[in-house]
Amino acid sequence: MAITFILNGKSETLTDVSPGMPLLWVLRDVLNMTGTKFGCGMALCGACTVHINGEATRSCITPISSVGGKQITTIEGLSADGTHPVQKAWIEEDVPQCGYCQSGQIMSAVALLSKKPKPTDAEIDDFMSGNICRCGTYQRIRKAIHRAAGAPAEKA
Amino acid sequence: MATNLSAEPQILDRRAFLKTSAAGGAALLIGFHLPARASDPAQEQEKPLVNPLNAWVRITPDNRVTLILAKSEMGQGIMTALPMILAEELCLDWKQVTIEQAPTNPKIYDHGTGGSGSVGGSWLPLRQAGATAREMLISAAAKRWEVGTDTCKAQNGYVIHGHPERSYSYGELVADAALLPIPNFKEVPLKNSRDFTIIGHATHRVDTASKTTGTAIYGIDARPSGLLYAVIARCPVFYGKVASFDATKAKAVPGVRDVFQIETSGRGASTNGGVAIVADNSWAAIEGRKALEVKWDEGAAANESSDELRKQFVANAAAKPGQIVRNEGDADSALAASPNKIEAVYELPFAAHVCMEPMNCTVHIESDRAEAWVPTQAPQWAQGVIAEAAKLPPEKVIVHTTQMGGGFGRRYQADFVMEATQVAKSLGKPVMVVWTREDDIHHDFYRPASYHQCQGLVDAAGNLAAWKHFQTSTSIAAKWGAKGEENNGKGEFGTGATVPYVSPNIRIEYTLAHSSAPRAWWRSVEHSSSGFVVESFVDELAAAAGEDPLKFRLKLLGESRKLTQFGEGPDAPPLDTGRLKAVLQLAAEKSGWGKPLPDGEGRGIAGFFSFDTYTAAVAEVSAKPGNLKIKRLVCTVDCGRVVNPNGVRAQVESAAIYALTATLKDAITVERGRVVQSNFNDYNMIRMKEAPPIEVHLVASEEKPTGIGEPTVPVIAPALCNAIFNATRKWKKDVRIRRLPIRPEDLA
Repeated sequence: MAITFILNGKSETLTDVSPGMPLLWVLRDVLNMTGTKFGCGMALCGACTVHINGEATRSCITPISSVGGKQITTIEGLSADGTHPVQKAWIEEDVPQCGYCQSGQIMSAVALLSKKPKPTDAEIDDFMSGNICRCGTYQRIRKAIHRAAGAPAEKA
Repeated sequence: MATNLSAEPQILDRRAFLKTSAAGGAALLIGFHLPARASDPAQEQEKPLVNPLNAWVRITPDNRVTLILAKSEMGQGIMTALPMILAEELCLDWKQVTIEQAPTNPKIYDHGTGGSGSVGGSWLPLRQAGATAREMLISAAAKRWEVGTDTCKAQNGYVIHGHPERSYSYGELVADAALLPIPNFKEVPLKNSRDFTIIGHATHRVDTASKTTGTAIYGIDARPSGLLYAVIARCPVFYGKVASFDATKAKAVPGVRDVFQIETSGRGASTNGGVAIVADNSWAAIEGRKALEVKWDEGAAANESSDELRKQFVANAAAKPGQIVRNEGDADSALAASPNKIEAVYELPFAAHVCMEPMNCTVHIESDRAEAWVPTQAPQWAQGVIAEAAKLPPEKVIVHTTQMGGGFGRRYQADFVMEATQVAKSLGKPVMVVWTREDDIHHDFYRPASYHQCQGLVDAAGNLAAWKHFQTSTSIAAKWGAKGEENNGKGEFGTGATVPYVSPNIRIEYTLAHSSAPRAWWRSVEHSSSGFVVESFVDELAAAAGEDPLKFRLKLLGESRKLTQFGEGPDAPPLDTGRLKAVLQLAAEKSGWGKPLPDGEGRGIAGFFSFDTYTAAVAEVSAKPGNLKIKRLVCTVDCGRVVNPNGVRAQVESAAIYALTATLKDAITVERGRVVQSNFNDYNMIRMKEAPPIEVHLVASEEKPTGIGEPTVPVIAPALCNAIFNATRKWKKDVRIRRLPIRPEDLA
């Protein structure tokens, strides 16, 4: 099938793609945009999180046929030079270790902050618990989200 | 090490220097050797006989300094910590430093990254390399100024002299310096630690920007031109093989290019073959595998199960004695003579590594060379596996070591490398073998399952009159050990055999249990089990003696003593009970040990020594029927001199969460010879909601740096379980968790 969508602000048309192919693999293996990661293939870990029309979405279970005409933002499109407030906060708090899950963590965090500009710890925990970090950077993610929100971290 | 330097490597330096000069840039190359962790058989197997050069300092005329790093970054922060050491001795501006990953060349490099050994092992060689380069630069400047070297000094990337001050940047000096004789590494003066400006200062990681923009390149992101993707259909039963297959339906899946069998491999890669599905993209390959019709020869392991394994454990324990690992005094007589002995059985399951980046490897084999992109802790082993399977000399195999999305010991293996090589052999194009999460959980090399029977006796004076620890397990040695080492239990106890608590009667026994489930090194290896067992049992002894768990431990640790690490070689540093006491006391102090808590809440403590590092943890929990909440974890560490406090803290936080997953979440279990769990639905990880606040406190130390990636793992489960015991003392007496992971019924 052929399909057109808006990827990081630019129109993207694929002319021959299996309709059931998840967006994750289109991004990674067809378009070679490898910032979005494969972790589980079942929407259990959040490594593949992108924004579709502004909503945090697990691209590993999103068939490409469902994104026609939609706005898709990936980690590559979050900012031109890595200076999105969430990216800056991640650097300040030295969040990543292996870093593999962090594209997904950041995309989830940005989606959270767009809904709740000043989230509480509980709201952060709720929203972010779909994203697994095997290196255990959760405490730093929490702090970085507060920092990006321009708010001091809550006392635990 | 410096002692390995010979005339030849210096000639190699010169050649390399001339080559670099010819290419348009002068460079000062300093070779040195980073000792490998000695206890990994995989690495020992591949260690070259002559390997004097391992990494280089490169200074170019534009005043940039590059450290060629022959260790692998898997999240542990080695790309930041090692350059900090080098930059310190070189008197650099930290901003000058850039890092380059070493190419794999077995004649020069020894890359193995594991055993929490990178900083400790590189500490002296890197300092010597940096200092040697610094002295050569100073000599070059002194020569130009025609002054004594003792009147010049290095500072922030410049050599400076006199009043008014004059200076040369390192870049201006490098061409001259490179022509000077290389001083004896062992004799160059090292900086006084009081003058350190980089080491010991919290430093941001160098790789964070790339890891927040999606630009960091992991193995799975390799995209050489013309890349194909493959998945392997493997028999779900351990060591099972392909009996027959029909590729018709798989080949009908759009995007599938080819379907063929790959064979069992011998050697160290330990693969069992399967059917490869090669496609234009990963998804088509995965869909092709779903459509594949394959019959398996399940083999002898098909009857194995976790229940059957547990029966073996129980039978082995009943059939004691096992092999005697250690025997001092007469523990059996002391235990038999008293009615007050305490006995407890502890059980730990298989555990999977579960790196967030599933296993993968990309290989391109051409007629006379091969190129590979490998997320590996052992690039040299990967190179050897590819060379052998592709029938190429190792120097014709270029291995690009990529960033790793987690390692934890899993990426010391080369099974995924072997598979990719086998698939690539028949293609003539680059191919990536991708594992799915299910592949990862079904075909790991698991932390051994183990069963421990402990017996102890505290006499009327409160002394430990006897300590006996019997273990039966599916050992790592039985999978990877040398002949004769399979079942003797050495290496299965770690510090559990050193026993820091004073007792005249110590007996350690071991019996091997059979399992076909592959085993290997999982973050903190045998210490992950021993820490739980030893620190749970000593807590039980304290409770039986009616003593405070902290005071009891401090008393049994006794006067500060230096104990030889049992079963380790003469070079292993001793276990200093004074340092162990200090981390326990610090954890107690920072956690408010002894301060009253409400009913249903409690604290537990544990301390351990592993990877030459001292760790302790206090867990504070609320434990009510059916409800456990970890309110706080206070972790303390003495890992000698801290190179990057920021990195050390991150590793402690990471190890604590890793250990919590193994303590609280799912076990790997076996039915009909295969692993039952398959993805994060039934093998879940700690998530943010469940992640407690973790405080990290570091002991200031002038001792040599020691390991940090793993040593916090062993103390978390016992601290938590001891806290549960303490918290539940009111509503339900004696909730001792002796089997991991903790199950809901344990708190029913």
